[in-house]
Parts: sequence; structure tokens; C-alpha cells
Amino acid sequence: MRYDSLLDSLGGTPLVGLPRLSPGPEVRLWAKLEDRNPTGSVKDRIAAYMVAAAEKDGRLVPGATILEPTSGNTGISLAMVAKLRGYQLICVMPENTSAERRELLEAYGATIVFSAAAGGSNEAVRVAKEMAAEHPDWVMLYQYGNEANARAHYETTGPELLADLPEITHFVAGLGTTGTLMGTGRYLRERRPGVQIVAAEPRYGELVYGLRNLSEGFIPELYDESVLTSRFSVSSADALRRTRELLHTEGLLAGISSGCVLHAGLQLAAKAQAAGERADIALLIADGGWKYLSTGAYSGTLAEAEARLEGQLWA
Amino acid sequence: MAIEVRIPTILRSYTGGQKSVEGSGATLGELLADLDGRYDGLRERLVDDAGLRRFVNVYLNDEDVRFLGGLAAPVSDGDTVTVLPAVAGGAG
Repeated sequence: MRYDSLLDSLGGTPLVGLPRLSPGPEVRLWAKLEDRNPTGSVKDRIAAYMVAAAEKDGRLVPGATILEPTSGNTGISLAMVAKLRGYQLICVMPENTSAERRELLEAYGATIVFSAAAGGSNEAVRVAKEMAAEHPDWVMLYQYGNEANARAHYETTGPELLADLPEITHFVAGLGTTGTLMGTGRYLRERRPGVQIVAAEPRYGELVYGLRNLSEGFIPELYDESVLTSRFSVSSADALRRTRELLHTEGLLAGISSGCVLHAGLQLAAKAQAAGERADIALLIADGGWKYLSTGAYSGTLAEAEARLEGQLWA
Repeated sequence: MAIEVRIPTILRSYTGGQKSVEGSGATLGELLADLDGRYDGLRERLVDDAGLRRFVNVYLNDEDVRFLGGLAAPVSDGDTVTVLPAVAGGAG
């Protein structure tokens, strides 16, 4: 395959079957490999779209500074796009994300501002909003509320999936900014009435929820509950267990959010199998496992890996 | 009948510090009313006139109850209900 430049190679990612994890020939699990994007994650799609949209409406001018709250992948994607398009990038990131994320951001030339681990991505968003208010000339693309995020998935991820799997019955993805589920979900529901759009939401340890006030919560502006048909909360223990299962059973080295997605997918598959219903369940594999090696998630026993992951922001 | 209800840190002052309590009821709504009888004020932090409060997420056996009927979601013996504040998920 040949492309004129790196950004042109974005998207068009493979959909691979998971025959060993699938319960049977009538209930099949499929993995959409978003690590096969320029910087290795699904976020390359939204970084390209958000920057293009901001250039188009004049918000981004040559040499501008982009500011973004990110737990890593969006920052890395934006760092690549910023490099190629001539912008500076400042990322606000929780201090308890993996070392590889920090190293990659710095390698691409981004500046990182660390937010407190307690409070997770919420805190990063809060800090970024504060900084944006103090620096009106900086451009915060704000992945949590930017329609170009969901639109990237509506225009690329969704159509790719349907083209490869016209018989799709379920789409499962991680729930973060909600962009993947909103964009892909809307596209699929328009064309496949009855398709199930299922969110797999990471459930962290107490450090992240801590003393979070129940009236000061955070719901991404992109989130439209009506696009989903169900939403699963997945513990870090289950996410980790399934991520390792994906590697050991199907040879796929995926990031930990993919374990989250697999956990939900396996429950859907079991339900379909028990009901004697056909199912083709597409799982969004957001990134590869490379950035998480330092967390020890893939080595030793599951119990050892769990202990190492405690307190880390793994999604 | 026993349904385990996991309580987030912020609400443990209502349960005497317990991170998990037990209750009964045929629906989530009944379960919360049952708990409110023993843990005064807890229900009000979770529910308002319109239903579940906006920034509160409740999961029944790990599934968001908003997709299972909300307060009308049926619950049974052995189920686990988890209450969590709404936070920004992973997100990259």
C-alpha cells in the first residue's frame, strides 16, 4: 500500500477475527486494530479531524499553540499532527500515567503539565480549562466537547466497520471522551437498525474517585446517552485479566482499555450464545500494549500485575 | 434477600464508614428506599424528583442502570449494585 505522506495512511485499519475467543461459528468476536494508525492509536483520527476543523474555521493559524487535557494518546496524536502542521503543543496529563506516554510526548516535542493523580482525567480537564482562560491566544481543541472528534468516527470508523462487517450486530468500544461511540454509534444505528452500541467504561481504584463531590461530576459534552444501548463498568482487575487473555489466546498485544472492551464483548457473546442467537461483535482495539509494558501488566502472574497497576491511570 | 450495594468514598459518612451495605427490594427504587430507612440521607444524594441525579452513576452487576430501566430496574437476591461519581473516563 502506498501513501503520499504519513497522515494519508491514517485509518483504513484491519478488522481481524478472534476465533479462539469466539464462543462458536454463529457468535463471532472481531477486533478493529486501531493501533495500526500513524502514532499507534485510534486518537490519530480525531487529532487529524480536530486540527483540520480548527484550521478551516480560522482558529488555528501558523505557529499557534495548542493546549489539550489528555491522558496520553490524544496528546501523542496531536503532537504528531502539530509537528507536521507547524504548531506548538502543551498537554495537561495526570501524573500517574505510564512512563512511555510521557516519553513519547516529549520525543515529539510537546510540553507536559502534570495534574494531580487524585481526580484523574477530570482534574486534567479542570487544570487545562484554567490555563486556557489565562492564555486566550492558546487554542484548546477540547476533545471532550469537539464535534470533530465524534465526526471523525462518523465519517471514517463507522463506514470502515460496516464495509468490513455488514452483518455486524454489536459494536463495543471504550467510553472516555465518548467520541468513538457517539460517532461510530450514530453511523451504525442509521444504517443497521437494531445494532447494539455498547460502552465499556473503565472503573478505576479509589484514588481516581476519591472525594469527588457528587454534584461536581464530569460528563463529556459529546455524550448523548440515547446513542448507546448499554454501558458496562469494568474493573481494572477484569480489564487486566482480559488484556492478558487477548495476548495469550489470540496473540494480540493490546492496551488495557482493550481488555475492558473484551470483557464487555465476552459477556455479550455469552448472552447471544445462551439465547441461540447469531452475533457478530466488533471490538474497538484502541491501541497496542507497547506503551503499557512499564506498568508490568503483561508479566508475572495476574495478581502481581494487578498489584503493580494499582493507582495507575491505565486507560 | 440480600443485595450488596457498594458505596463510593464520598458517601460513606452516611453508612458509618462502610464501603458496602446490604438491602432488599424488587426494584432499584425499592432498594434505595430500603437503604434510606437505615442510612438516613443516603437516598437523597442519589435521587431527585427527576430520578437518578445527573452526576451519579449506578451499575447493576456492572451495567449502567440508565439502560436497564433506571429506578424501575428489577433487582434480585445476589445482585451487586455499585454507586460511582461521574468522572471523565480514560480518553487518551
